[in-house]
Amino acid sequence: MYQYDTLDKEIVADRSREFREQVGRRLAGELSEDQFKPLRLMNGLYLQLHAYMLRIAVPYGSLNSRQMRKLAYIGRTYDRGYGHFTTRQNLQFHWIKLRDTPDILDHLAEVDMHAIQTSGNCIRNVTSDPYAGATVEELDDPRVWSEAIRQWSSLHPEFSFLPRKFKIAITAAPKDRTAAKVHDIGLMIRRGRDGQLGFEVIVGGGLGRTPYVGPTITEFLPANRLFSYLEAILRVYNRHGRRDNLYKARIKILVAALGAEEFARQVAEEWAKIGPEGDLPDTELARIRGAFAKTAFEALPAVSETFEAAKAADPALARFARNNLRTHKKAGYAIVEISLKTVGETPGDATSDQMDVVADLAERFGQDDIRVTHEQNLVLPHIRLDDMPEVFARLQAVGLASANVNLISDIIACPGLDYCALANARAIPVAQQIAQTFADQEKAEAIGELKIKISGCINACGHHHVGHIGILGVDKKGEEFYQLTLGGSGAEDASVGKMLGPALPYDKVAAAIDTLVEVYLRERRDGERFLDTYRRTGVEPFKEAVYADAH
Amino acid sequence: MPTLIKLDAGRFVLANDPFTAVADDEGLPLGDVIISFTRFQAEGERLLAEGRAVGVRLEPDEEVEALAYDLPRISVVAVAFPKFRDGRGFTSARLLRERLDYAGEVRAVGDVFREQAGFMVRCGFNAFEPSDGSTPDIWAQAVSRHRHVYQRAADARAPAFLEREGG
Repeated sequence: MYQYDTLDKEIVADRSREFREQVGRRLAGELSEDQFKPLRLMNGLYLQLHAYMLRIAVPYGSLNSRQMRKLAYIGRTYDRGYGHFTTRQNLQFHWIKLRDTPDILDHLAEVDMHAIQTSGNCIRNVTSDPYAGATVEELDDPRVWSEAIRQWSSLHPEFSFLPRKFKIAITAAPKDRTAAKVHDIGLMIRRGRDGQLGFEVIVGGGLGRTPYVGPTITEFLPANRLFSYLEAILRVYNRHGRRDNLYKARIKILVAALGAEEFARQVAEEWAKIGPEGDLPDTELARIRGAFAKTAFEALPAVSETFEAAKAADPALARFARNNLRTHKKAGYAIVEISLKTVGETPGDATSDQMDVVADLAERFGQDDIRVTHEQNLVLPHIRLDDMPEVFARLQAVGLASANVNLISDIIACPGLDYCALANARAIPVAQQIAQTFADQEKAEAIGELKIKISGCINACGHHHVGHIGILGVDKKGEEFYQLTLGGSGAEDASVGKMLGPALPYDKVAAAIDTLVEVYLRERRDGERFLDTYRRTGVEPFKEAVYADAH
Repeated sequence: MPTLIKLDAGRFVLANDPFTAVADDEGLPLGDVIISFTRFQAEGERLLAEGRAVGVRLEPDEEVEALAYDLPRISVVAVAFPKFRDGRGFTSARLLRERLDYAGEVRAVGDVFREQAGFMVRCGFNAFEPSDGSTPDIWAQAVSRHRHVYQRAADARAPAFLEREGG
């Protein structure tokens, strides 16, 4: 966890005071809603169907226990006792009163948190690997770069009024847990042939109405040249991105219109003009690296007798260990993923009580470190295997022990028509029905990794394009229908899913998913995931089965 | 007449505006004028020969580099913000200062709100026609609201990473 210094704290405090004044002007009637809208949208405050929604930044998905407890407190005091973790590793409160927002921001500032740039046409919260600093796979700690980007992009004088919102993802592991290839910029940390650290830079990926897997515009950017290069990309985009049509304003449209090669050429030309003047000094990068709280690992045996015995005695713990634990870089530790996809609950929601328990666990057993994943789960990245039985028991006690990470019921869904003014259809109840259909754990494990992603409209907040199975809510003459897509992926093997066939009515979706799974189980070869089988067989067997049933 | 606020030796002051902003379809009054770049290309030579000071209004879709050759004789570059949310003018101003070394007046005109005041000063603007009724005091307060900044820009402020080295 990066430790704020006085400067960081004062920057957040100043922004918070500015927003208090703006809310004051709105409440006093000095600003109309029209005038206030662009101001509140620069601070994550949306007006939704029922109330204001406040989106709080969780920079690169990283929290400590104090911050998590503060979120729990805000949920209890100003909302309805829960919050919603999003696909951008942020947290949203959906039942907020305008007059409370300045106080909420002050509470957040107390624990070095804010809502800066969680909306608006600016550089948004950076997405990073939730296993950073814990996974054996990574080449470097991407949080150092994420924090440097957070600072550089905060209240940027030139890039706060871009054509459209702008999202950057950064990962240092070959297994991509950030969906880097469908971000405006995806940065993948690489080592050059001489061992030098650098980035593969991907620009112009995205979802929404026109999904793209982004092209690589530079294979290897030396790490110490990152900030001048980002400035060059942003400047080309700020000048030449479309501003005449909201739906064609993302950088992906510019990159596609120019072609990746021409776009890269323009960036290189601008970059040459900026020069190293635009880079962050190595000393500052070193300072940021040093400002992350130290983790203290013990020398432990790779196998924990305590944990092995507990697993043998408790099949539920064994199941949890199979599905929710990941290999830690240190022997005797595990990365523990906490599913926020308990069957029957809203994907991504956590109650204030649950947040408090996660905070306690992080503090007592987990080096005070908590992460949010873009798949709307939480992570305790550093848990001793010896402590696992107790951690599991405490998670179980508050309904956070679902052993379904990456399985069919680990579904991403946007808030949908239940909350969102833009939605065409509900997303949450569809997710709940599917989760019910596959509530049998044995069956879910037999099916294996299967990522279902649901969006309530074409804006694709639920990332349906990159679901192994994607579900998109559409409105047909006032009725909710759902378009299925197959074969998408947001990981290192990124691809955009293809449409299966005509949209299905609300009450046929769960059954259609069941049919798709049956086809997969029939067709699959050894070790194939759903996605692999689909990529081998193509859409035909799936399409036939679903629409045979429909007729 | 819109209010004109100028940044003068670190202070924001109300200024008299000797310039008349003239649209392309309007006749030219006497005295100093601010005209479009297209009009400047056609009539600038003559106006300057008459001994007038001439300013150029730069629209968001016009490349600031196109002004480079004429900059030494342009008294004001009025960077237009037709909409609050159109941020191209910030880039134009930075490039005027940092790349084209323009030392004259860079004026923000159009949808110019106090919320952008700090960003504008950082990008090199030194004159403002606020459209939200801001007085010089309000403007100065908005600009000084943030005690620290994270980035280098066209102004002289030390970014946080340099402040930290000093501290």
